[in-house]
Amino acid sequence: MSGTFVGMPAFPTAARKALEDAQLRSNLNHATHTIRDKRARVVAEVDDWEDLRVAGAAIKDEVLTNLDTYLVRLEESLTRAGATVHWARDAAEANSIITGLVRETGAEEVVKVKSMATQEIGLNEALEAAGIDAWETDLAELIVQLGHDTPSHILVPAIHRNRAEIREIFLREMGEVGTPAPAGLTSSPPELAEAARLHLREKFLRAEVAISGANFAVADSGTLVVVESEGNGRMCLTLPETLISVVGIEKIVPTWADLDVFLQLLPRSSTGERMNPYTSMWTGVTPGDGPQDVHVVLLDNGRTDALADSVGRQALRCIRCSACLNVCPVYERVGGHAYGSVYPGPIGAVLNPLIRGTQSPVDKSLPYASSLCGACFDACPVRIDIPELLVHLRSRVVDEKRRGRPSAEGVAMRGASWMFSDSRRWERVQSGVELGGKALRNKPTLGRIPGASAWSDARDAPAPPPETFRSWWERERGR
Amino acid sequence: MSGREEVLARVRAALADATPTPAPAHVRAPSPVADVADLFVERVEDYRAEVRRTAAADLPAAVADALAGVATVVVPDGVDAAWTSALGPGVARPDDGLDAAALDQVGAVLTGAAVGIAVTGTIVLDHGPDQGRRALSLVPDIHVCVVRASQLVADVPDAVDVLAVAVGGGRPLTWISGPSATSDIELERVEGVHGPRTLRVILVADA
Amino acid sequence: MRVALFATCFNDTMWPETPKAVVRLLERLGCAVEFPFDQTCCGQMFTNTGYLREALPLVERFADVFDRYDAVVAPSGSCVGSVRHQHAMVARECGRPDLVARAEAGAGRVHELSEMLVDVLGVTDVGASFPHRVTYHPTCHSMRMLRVGDKPLQLLREVRGIDLVDLPAAEECCGFGGTFAVKNSDTSVAMGADKARHVRDTGAEVLVAGDNSCLAHVGGLLTRQRSGVRVMHLAEVLASTEGEA
Repeated sequence: MSGTFVGMPAFPTAARKALEDAQLRSNLNHATHTIRDKRARVVAEVDDWEDLRVAGAAIKDEVLTNLDTYLVRLEESLTRAGATVHWARDAAEANSIITGLVRETGAEEVVKVKSMATQEIGLNEALEAAGIDAWETDLAELIVQLGHDTPSHILVPAIHRNRAEIREIFLREMGEVGTPAPAGLTSSPPELAEAARLHLREKFLRAEVAISGANFAVADSGTLVVVESEGNGRMCLTLPETLISVVGIEKIVPTWADLDVFLQLLPRSSTGERMNPYTSMWTGVTPGDGPQDVHVVLLDNGRTDALADSVGRQALRCIRCSACLNVCPVYERVGGHAYGSVYPGPIGAVLNPLIRGTQSPVDKSLPYASSLCGACFDACPVRIDIPELLVHLRSRVVDEKRRGRPSAEGVAMRGASWMFSDSRRWERVQSGVELGGKALRNKPTLGRIPGASAWSDARDAPAPPPETFRSWWERERGR
Repeated sequence: MSGREEVLARVRAALADATPTPAPAHVRAPSPVADVADLFVERVEDYRAEVRRTAAADLPAAVADALAGVATVVVPDGVDAAWTSALGPGVARPDDGLDAAALDQVGAVLTGAAVGIAVTGTIVLDHGPDQGRRALSLVPDIHVCVVRASQLVADVPDAVDVLAVAVGGGRPLTWISGPSATSDIELERVEGVHGPRTLRVILVADA
Repeated sequence: MRVALFATCFNDTMWPETPKAVVRLLERLGCAVEFPFDQTCCGQMFTNTGYLREALPLVERFADVFDRYDAVVAPSGSCVGSVRHQHAMVARECGRPDLVARAEAGAGRVHELSEMLVDVLGVTDVGASFPHRVTYHPTCHSMRMLRVGDKPLQLLREVRGIDLVDLPAAEECCGFGGTFAVKNSDTSVAMGADKARHVRDTGAEVLVAGDNSCLAHVGGLLTRQRSGVRVMHLAEVLASTEGEA
């Protein structure tokens, strides 16, 4: 019942549409600046933040370069703890495994903990096709689901909605699928949260099957970790009899002790809190406590393609905190939908092409959806060098194009490279520029230029000078 | 080839020319905390949870105070009987296998804790006998949690150390930092969504 | 010490007053500056657009031209960033280990102007005078790639007569981003418009930065808006003796 990202246009086209939406720009500006400031305050409290970042990156790198060993170890630990482990090569296989597991229980509905992996594979749509209702229980996911919308942020999927829009969605939609919103609901956030509590309470108390992701999976112990705020995660992870967790293969940490680093990095980077309200950790089945039928689906779905890219591999360190989104000047203005994926923002601009490839218009355009300002790298708790990755993926897009008919840009770039490869060629071009500069008689700037509207529609362009620096030096000082 | 074999084969192929990164030396940040109890109280209150500090002898009164006005409180079997000794008759009820709907009708839950973390203002439950199964501290709307000063540690790495035994024993853990909260509407924090909307912490001085 | 000026292709051609100012400034500080005529372009535009193969000959050329100098100074944070942080990467991705080694060895000798002045020459008072209200935009590559920190501000604070005012949200990107400015022109202009608004809010007469390309973008918006705010490269302010007897 949510929207989908299939067939998205290239980033610049989608961005133009988003930029025209003044309400969206205002919602995003307010939200990103609020969370950016919160993060900055709590990160500043930690003296050894840099050491923690380095440690986080090192732990993940070690896992990734020994991933086969750790996957087998995780599987052994989970099995020993009473969980059943499934492996999914891609989204279709994961969806089919999960649908089958739900059907076996006889349940016709599931409650869901917010999970990027299940969004990525389109699980809700697959369950719906199988006649199973999937209820999102995170407040923001609920807003997205009830609004027949797509998520636009990793942590706050409804960041593009303001309180008035949320009120309207709740009043219109809640009654269609369960407990309706209270009459007289206002747009105050506590009232909206209360409406969600009442709406979902009924679903939690009767739920037989829950589906979650995991923030971390500890290979040595088989412990899974879900970090959350509202308690919807605890409800799903505790009350139903059956629990199915979809875990990307990159989510592993080797040992329990490694979590100390990530439990410091993640909340401060993500919600900008010293610690998020609730973190649940469970190790397979606990007799007499919580779900007694526990499944874990280990998901590839393109992650091994990212792993095979020696530069791109570092993107798999990502712990989905969304700090890079909140500091990104492009994300702040355009929002998440233009990225055409559940992973928007700077990390999405690299992760999507890495795991989906660079075939579709949107995936080809994503590496270019950045001014390379570098704010994302500074904010990243696991030091993913996103600007470096963007450039790397741009070169992949360019190299793939080399095989076909040469593009105008490709021809121009090759020509410019040839020109710059010899200073005499370059000087001849400069002489031409000087002629233009003389013709323009020291006009400081140019207005709208035919054929260069992408620059000059909004910006004046500098006019060329009548004498280059090189000519000046030669005239004043000789060669 | 099974999904398992194929995923593992893909991983191995992807890493064919990768140099395995050695395991990093385990970093452990020093946590210079002057007064762990004071900081713990300050940080828990920062989440808008209520904190009461009490001497061991005054714990029953503090529990009764924290539960004032509550008709029924579910109490895990391992809770020291003294804690509930000042409650009115019939207020405390044992966990006799209440289902979720029944728990939803209970006013509050009283538990102990495994660890308290000063820097982050976090309480960790390892669901031992004085904390009960996970649903108990989740469904009722008020959670009164008794933490002994001796259970406090400075920071997250210390807590991870202490909790290693519980995890090794296969126990679930619940880390609680303030009451349930959301910032999903315009990043404005609202306390109280699905978990207990009221968290009252009683910090007991060591006898 | 042999100091070479890398003017950068854009400054050489479009903004010659900037490299001229670098020469005047460094000579005033007693430094002999050479301008190797065989220099062209660092290849940044090619690299950042994904044309690493086209950047490769320029990476090699840069090493050929500048390897013989003790220090290279350039009035562009992003070009120095490209030399220091991307040349080795380009050589590596193009399978040229010999060039990786040369690029890595040369990287430490290439300095952005404020680094050259503060770190290499050890001066913050460069004897400049500029009696105007000025605000400074730190530019992303100077700030986050080169980590020049507050060196440009240390230099500006010592300028006689200057009225230096803080730029709100200074650390935010102006939206230029090389070919980003045309490939994603709508987003680029939206970012630039916010930067221009912050600049106007300061009441400054002059917006100063260490990269003429960023200044062309923000300046292009400011003149289109008829804001009356001029843009000027840091080098030109530091070389100025305006109002001195």
